[in-house]
Amino acid sequence: MNAPLTSPTRRMFLATGGALVVSFALRPTASYAQGAKPPQPKLPGSLGKAPYLDAWIGIGGDGTVTVFTGKAELGQGIKTALLQCAAEELDVDPKTVTIVTADTERTANEGYTAGSHSMQDSGTAILNAAAQVRGILIELAATRLNLPAEQLQAKTGAVIANDGRSVAYKDLVTGEALHRVASAQSPLKNVKDFKIIGTPMHRVDIPGKVTGAPMYVQDMRPEGMLHARVVRPPNYGAELVAVDIASVEKLPGVIKVVRDGSFLAVAAQGEFQAIEAMNMLASIAQWRKVAQLPDQGTIHQFLTRLPSQDQVIANKGDPSQQGAHLLRASYTRPYLSHGSIGPSCALALMKGDKLTVWTHSQGVYPLRNSLADMLHMKPEQVHCIQVEGSGCYGHNAADDAAADAALIARAVPGRPIRVQWMREQEHGWEPFGSAMISNVSGAIDDQGRIVAWNYEVWSNTHSTRPGGPAGNLLAAQYLAQPFQPPEPKEIPMPEGGGDRNAIPIYAIPNERVVDHFIPQMPLRVSALRALGAYLNIFAIESFMDELAEAAKADPVDFRLKHLDDPRARDVVTKAAREFGWNKDKLPRGQGRGFAFARYKNLAAYCAIAVEVSVERETGVVRLGRVVAAVDSGQAVNPDGIRNQIEGAIVQSASWTLYEAVTFDRNEVTSVDWSRYPILRFPQAPESIAVHVINRPGEKFLGTGEAGQGPAAAAIANAIADATGARLRDLPLSADRIKQAIGV
Amino acid sequence: MTVLNVNGKQHEVDADPRTPLLYVLRNDLALNAAKFGCGLGQCGACTVLVDHNPVFSCVTPIAALEGRYIRTVEDLGSADKPGPVQRAFIEEQAAQCGYCIPGMMMRAQALLEKNAAPSDAQIREAMAPNLCRCGTQMRILRAVHRAAKLMTVELNEPREVKG
Repeated sequence: MNAPLTSPTRRMFLATGGALVVSFALRPTASYAQGAKPPQPKLPGSLGKAPYLDAWIGIGGDGTVTVFTGKAELGQGIKTALLQCAAEELDVDPKTVTIVTADTERTANEGYTAGSHSMQDSGTAILNAAAQVRGILIELAATRLNLPAEQLQAKTGAVIANDGRSVAYKDLVTGEALHRVASAQSPLKNVKDFKIIGTPMHRVDIPGKVTGAPMYVQDMRPEGMLHARVVRPPNYGAELVAVDIASVEKLPGVIKVVRDGSFLAVAAQGEFQAIEAMNMLASIAQWRKVAQLPDQGTIHQFLTRLPSQDQVIANKGDPSQQGAHLLRASYTRPYLSHGSIGPSCALALMKGDKLTVWTHSQGVYPLRNSLADMLHMKPEQVHCIQVEGSGCYGHNAADDAAADAALIARAVPGRPIRVQWMREQEHGWEPFGSAMISNVSGAIDDQGRIVAWNYEVWSNTHSTRPGGPAGNLLAAQYLAQPFQPPEPKEIPMPEGGGDRNAIPIYAIPNERVVDHFIPQMPLRVSALRALGAYLNIFAIESFMDELAEAAKADPVDFRLKHLDDPRARDVVTKAAREFGWNKDKLPRGQGRGFAFARYKNLAAYCAIAVEVSVERETGVVRLGRVVAAVDSGQAVNPDGIRNQIEGAIVQSASWTLYEAVTFDRNEVTSVDWSRYPILRFPQAPESIAVHVINRPGEKFLGTGEAGQGPAAAAIANAIADATGARLRDLPLSADRIKQAIGV
Repeated sequence: MTVLNVNGKQHEVDADPRTPLLYVLRNDLALNAAKFGCGLGQCGACTVLVDHNPVFSCVTPIAALEGRYIRTVEDLGSADKPGPVQRAFIEEQAAQCGYCIPGMMMRAQALLEKNAAPSDAQIREAMAPNLCRCGTQMRILRAVHRAAKLMTVELNEPREVKG
């Protein structure tokens, strides 16, 4: 990619003509002071964060429509779904619409692309902005044609009058026609008239991705670019004592070795030269190790003994009731790696007092703040542009690579610097998903109803994302003037972090749920897809099966008996029916399992049924048919939803059956794919069918994290059905299964 | 100078003969499809064909490749004229982040050149060296089945006779 090295902002847009003036659109809200009324308090989605319509929708002098989103394409297909929203309400062909994603000089600040929020935040904003722009276009056409608005309608890029006259959008928008503050109300189409929303659309990014187009930040090669690599310390907290920089700077192609405290990096002409120089630096650098890691074998006991901040997040009735049967269980998950296939990468260029960074970060604005703090610059001097990377599944090393690139660019000004991490660095240094523990007890009465529920969960934080001070950027912690990581905080309910989905969705009269938030982090951790919901749903949905068994009830019937929400009942019923769920006994070694959750108890509903076979001699699990039903509210791109749920099931199957970060007392040891094995093709399910329950006119609920928890529990329940053994510690590895069934 | 035959063209490459092919493809020849994933031959993101066999370009030095026939995704077709494997991946929407997909396509191409109608088990076995973290495996499997059909159709189509 011959990347533009000056920011393609205002000048470029003005040159294209039309009314697209984004830098005005993003002016801070101080401009309301110019006599205009402040915006209404409640604008739909992210419109509240950037209330000017032209911050979201632009119509160029040539009639091209551009959509601006502050969210990032992470491979989840968000670009396509957002285009569909705009194209529907504007009545234009979605293939003619272009989209600009997260960029601190071009798009709204929508925070992080995380939490399955993009459709809810950005989709809602774009849908409403597009509808309001259509309203403005009709108003303008009414004036132009001297007709009442009722006699006009928008159609394929023009406003058409009943008398046959028409005016193209491009001829209607001049000057700052769209530079208006959004209204709280939008003239949204009737959902019955939707032609684009709710219809599967091929993703706009796939043709480029399958033909070798420069789609990724890894593919950028601007003129004058240098390749850089970082030498990470041998373990957490190690200090660089001495390194002979001069000897490495003599190597072929090496331009500069950069050292700042314990941050050590090299920039070279060629990529292989940079790697060779990195290896040489690593072999001669002398470090002082300070940190010790806890024993992996007893990590869960270790975590629960650390100080915790305890919070009762649900308390209802008398949870001490014993019922007719009282069951107790404890569930654990290990640290999990994001395991992006492409190690993190970033480019940075320092030119004068301005730093430009191309990054696959999930949050360009928060990253900008932290980079500015690290470099003692003003945020306005730092321009962060999101370019796709390999899928991240949460907070991986994307932001850290951006920080590395920025530090090297500062030391080698005027040259674009491309840093890509090595596999061992990504696996060893990324912030993992936290290890967790949960204890649950439940009582059922003699009618098979749950009468009491007690649940406690222990976890480290699920967000050490950058945003404010630089301390969450890895490199910043190792500088000569180091930045301390800020004190981690729990993500508050109702979304929650470690306690996400810790409150059961089922109708239970007496319940108590306690969140134990452990600030001290023996391993570096942050957001991994679904956060605490992965363990909490695994635990709750495994335990529901244990209770169902005690009640001698069918697991699906037992769930329905405790579910009031009709949409929850619908996905459960749909998944069970499409799977062909029944009570017939399966042959020995085969099992079926079911699980359900509503993500965060406020977003998408997902139910999954799985069949497995377990080889008794080895404990090896084979995944058979998988059937899922999902309700993500108004479905925009149904095939995009299916793709996300299929992916969630396979990824979660891999977490659930195979994965655990390993470490000894010194360092993380699962630093490549041989020591952190994940699911490969022969282990993929026999088939996956995803049934989307569309809810026209309902709110967007997001999809990206709906399936992971239910998939894990459905697999565990199927293994229990197949073997009679209940496994409660993740991963449900062949060794553990073999041990449990005692062959 | 090392002379490499990539996608039917000869390229004189001025690089250390120990340089893995992947870096030469990406940086010297500006071919973006093959990706760096691990540098260890464990994930397959860098897979290209050498004399019709899939190889990990991240661990194959260019010194070993003179006179060999190297092919990358760029040789399979273009966005305007996608080849059968590319068409199959588009039609099945077999990508999420897509970073692993070029490696998947080259491994599929190698399989289908040897076996025009592989079984599902044969495809899974052949694709096993390549990792996908987004969980797109089911779509990739469907895409390989579809590519097999598209290739067969293409072979059986009447060819234009050049006079």
